[in-house]
Amino acid sequence: MLQVENLSVDFRVDSGWIRSVDEVSFALDAQSTLGIVGESGSGKSVTALSILRLHARRNTRMTGRIVFDGEDLLAMPERRLHEMRGRDIAMIFQDPMHSLNPVLTIGDQIGETLRIHQGLNRAAAEKAAAGLLDMVRIPDAKRRVTDFPHQLSGGMRQRVMIAMAIACRPRLLIADEPTTALDVTVQAQILDLLRDLREEIGMAVILISHDLGLVAEFAERVLVMYAGELVEDAPARNIFEAPAHPYSEGLLKAIPSADVDMHRLYAIPGRIPDPGDRPPGCNFAPRCALAQPACSATPPALDTLAPGHRIRCPVRLAAREPAA
Amino acid sequence: MPRLIAFRIAQAIPVMFVVAVLTFLLMHMLPGDPATLIAGDMADQDAIAQVRRDLGLDRPVLAQLWLWITNLAQGDFGKSLMLNQPVAEAVWERLPVTLSLALVAFVITIPVGIVLGVVAAVWRDTWVDSAVMFLALIGVSVPNFWIAILSVILFSVTLGWLPSSGYVPMGTDFWRWLASLIQPATVLALFQIGYLARMTRSAMLDVLDQDYIRTARAKGVSPRKTILKHAFRNTLMQVVTVSGYILSLLIGGSVVIEQIFAMPGIGRLLVQAIMARDYPVVQGTMLMLGFAFVFINIVIDLIYAYVDPRVRYD
Amino acid sequence: MTDATVPPAAARAPLSPGAARRRILMRRLWRHRSFRLGAVILLVIVLMALAAPLLSNGEPTKMNLRARFAPPSADFIFGADNFGRDIFTRVLYGARISLWIGFASAMLAAAGGALVGLASAWYRRLDGVIMRIMDALLAFPAILLAIGINAALGPQVSSVIIALAAAYVPRMARIVRAAALVVRELDYVDAARVSGASAGRIIFRHILPNCLAPLIVSLTFVFAYAILAEAALSFLGIGPPPPQPSWGNIIAEGRDYSVEAWWIMLFPGLAISLAALGTNLLGDGLRDVLDPRLKIEA
Repeated sequence: MLQVENLSVDFRVDSGWIRSVDEVSFALDAQSTLGIVGESGSGKSVTALSILRLHARRNTRMTGRIVFDGEDLLAMPERRLHEMRGRDIAMIFQDPMHSLNPVLTIGDQIGETLRIHQGLNRAAAEKAAAGLLDMVRIPDAKRRVTDFPHQLSGGMRQRVMIAMAIACRPRLLIADEPTTALDVTVQAQILDLLRDLREEIGMAVILISHDLGLVAEFAERVLVMYAGELVEDAPARNIFEAPAHPYSEGLLKAIPSADVDMHRLYAIPGRIPDPGDRPPGCNFAPRCALAQPACSATPPALDTLAPGHRIRCPVRLAAREPAA
Repeated sequence: MPRLIAFRIAQAIPVMFVVAVLTFLLMHMLPGDPATLIAGDMADQDAIAQVRRDLGLDRPVLAQLWLWITNLAQGDFGKSLMLNQPVAEAVWERLPVTLSLALVAFVITIPVGIVLGVVAAVWRDTWVDSAVMFLALIGVSVPNFWIAILSVILFSVTLGWLPSSGYVPMGTDFWRWLASLIQPATVLALFQIGYLARMTRSAMLDVLDQDYIRTARAKGVSPRKTILKHAFRNTLMQVVTVSGYILSLLIGGSVVIEQIFAMPGIGRLLVQAIMARDYPVVQGTMLMLGFAFVFINIVIDLIYAYVDPRVRYD
Repeated sequence: MTDATVPPAAARAPLSPGAARRRILMRRLWRHRSFRLGAVILLVIVLMALAAPLLSNGEPTKMNLRARFAPPSADFIFGADNFGRDIFTRVLYGARISLWIGFASAMLAAAGGALVGLASAWYRRLDGVIMRIMDALLAFPAILLAIGINAALGPQVSSVIIALAAAYVPRMARIVRAAALVVRELDYVDAARVSGASAGRIIFRHILPNCLAPLIVSLTFVFAYAILAEAALSFLGIGPPPPQPSWGNIIAEGRDYSVEAWWIMLFPGLAISLAALGTNLLGDGLRDVLDPRLKIEA
């Protein structure tokens, strides 16, 4: 259903262009779930925003192809894109406090999606909005449609965002860190809701998060990104049980869990390089325990480790490959 | 809402009190003896003493302040020396002129300033933006009394399209009233248009950067509707907050403009009073204008509370 | 994102952190188009005002009845007025008074505003009273306040400066107070307090420097307003008295002849506009670089 091919995204800054996403490729089947994981600055959200072309056009450059149902989203005219946004592909964002318009009622904002794509009139859209609020399990939905965003809690607002996104029963929902800004208990509720709605509507979901545990639990397939590059692409089970890339390993170790000594919470040493100041070889080499001299010399390529499992780490690839 | 109104008015009372004390102190900063000035150069000692007694200047400052405040509470703003008329009456007579001028300028400023600011923001970093912002910059840099003179030379003297001076009351003839105001009001508005356009542009850019605009785009809302419905309403909210400031500045600016177009308004009264050393009029006019500005601020706050759901429902 | 790309070379240069930061700031300012343009315009005007005796006949008040109403020519490039005084000379010398009034009143307003704002932010018990007084003053448009104060003080250069400064103190005080209230809550201020630093030391060493960015930006805009306001006061006849030229009173004197001898009022008006334009451009640049979140001028 969705094929991303060699997607690169550059942003303009004072001194020129910097690369935020570098030659990323992946594919997604209808009704499947995909997770994208990485630290902030890894390019995961930028990748997600590229699918709907939501970057400010004047300082962004995108190359590659993003094919959805046979059409290249990057090449299609604006007008066609407006038709697809919200109808075929919908998106929810990280910060529900600021993602809703403060001066419009939530009924108006949810109904707007339906008015645009299904030509409903105001009254019908409002009524449908109440139904959608019900669907995302907001109690007393009929009365809530006339509320303004500031009258709702963070978790409630994220439910409203979800209601807005699923209004037209899209085939793909992109959720960009949907629970990061919320309390832990609310996080679980929102994820449960997303899981149920996915089944009910039969849509594919891309879940973006910095939390590998959360993603591995939700998605069938996981992409790990680092410094704008894809470093590992594998079934969720593989990543969780036997991560191959040293960075994925580090991310996994960094997850606090009940059976690990909480006092010695692991953190990957160092930090992600600035997009304008990346090392010459492997981006991760400066932080990597396995790094060898060759790693800092030439940028490694993404290669197949096992069927359906790609990594960008020559050290690990060499170790697993049977000596020929 | 009624509670908010009561609260705002209660809040305004100390401010008005301070305004009254300040205008009182202002006239007591006068170098030399006001009684001598008021009685005039030709007056002898007796006449000066008489003036001093009449104005209560022989009493202690605090007693004078008390007198000033109690008189104000009874609506007595003092008495003009040159007009031989209560100050309140003199100001009241001239109020329609200044109000007409400021309001017509306001009606010009608000839509023009907002549209220019929005246009610049929407086409940011293009030649449209540069051109509009350059015009706005000219607006806030050129002295309006100078533009007024140039405008009179062009539109009144050379082309003869508009009257160069005077004021026709609205009751006399609406169209002549408007004709007498259009030139001074436009000139008066220029600075504020520039100010408002600059403010609106930055407010709009700020709004366009907000997450909820991205949400609207992700829903498939067209760019036109994103701007007109989602961005514009939020921008307008910020414009409301400065509109009271703009109206106050227009009233302040009318002092100069009335002088050029020989319009018999409050500003002209103030300048004449300063020239004639008619201090009660200067004092009373400043005070009444101060009260008017406080009142404008209250009204704007209430309008803001009404249009912003975040305040309305709290 | 943007910060990450500020030349790393400058950061690595062997300079003290303060000096390095200043260098980066200067470079970013100079790269800002409107800052550069504004700085050049202002510099030219200031230099011309300073060099007035060299550039002109040096006698702004000298009458020459034979040159009455002489239009612009090689001898009188801006023409002459009703007393035959050279307008070019008067505009140059007028620049000295007008710029001085603008500069002095902006500086005075900044100093007064800083004191009031800092006092209000530090001594919380004074805050209520001080801010009510500032609210009352803020209710008045600055030009009206200046007219009122100037009416009381009489028409001299010094009273114009005091009047304009007083008119802009409340705005400055508000800006400084808002910035100071934020800084006040920061840890290092607490640390200084715990280590026994005096209030004065904390206020001036730790809090004030952090309020400078918004203060400098609004100082610039106040300078532009003050030039315009001085001109308006002079025009109304309550500014610096003739025959000493200021841009405002040259226009006021030329007004009666504005149709026949347009040059008398045209050139000083252009001078005011250019000075205000240059200052506003400069202020836009300073705002963008120093304090991008400051929405609009004071």
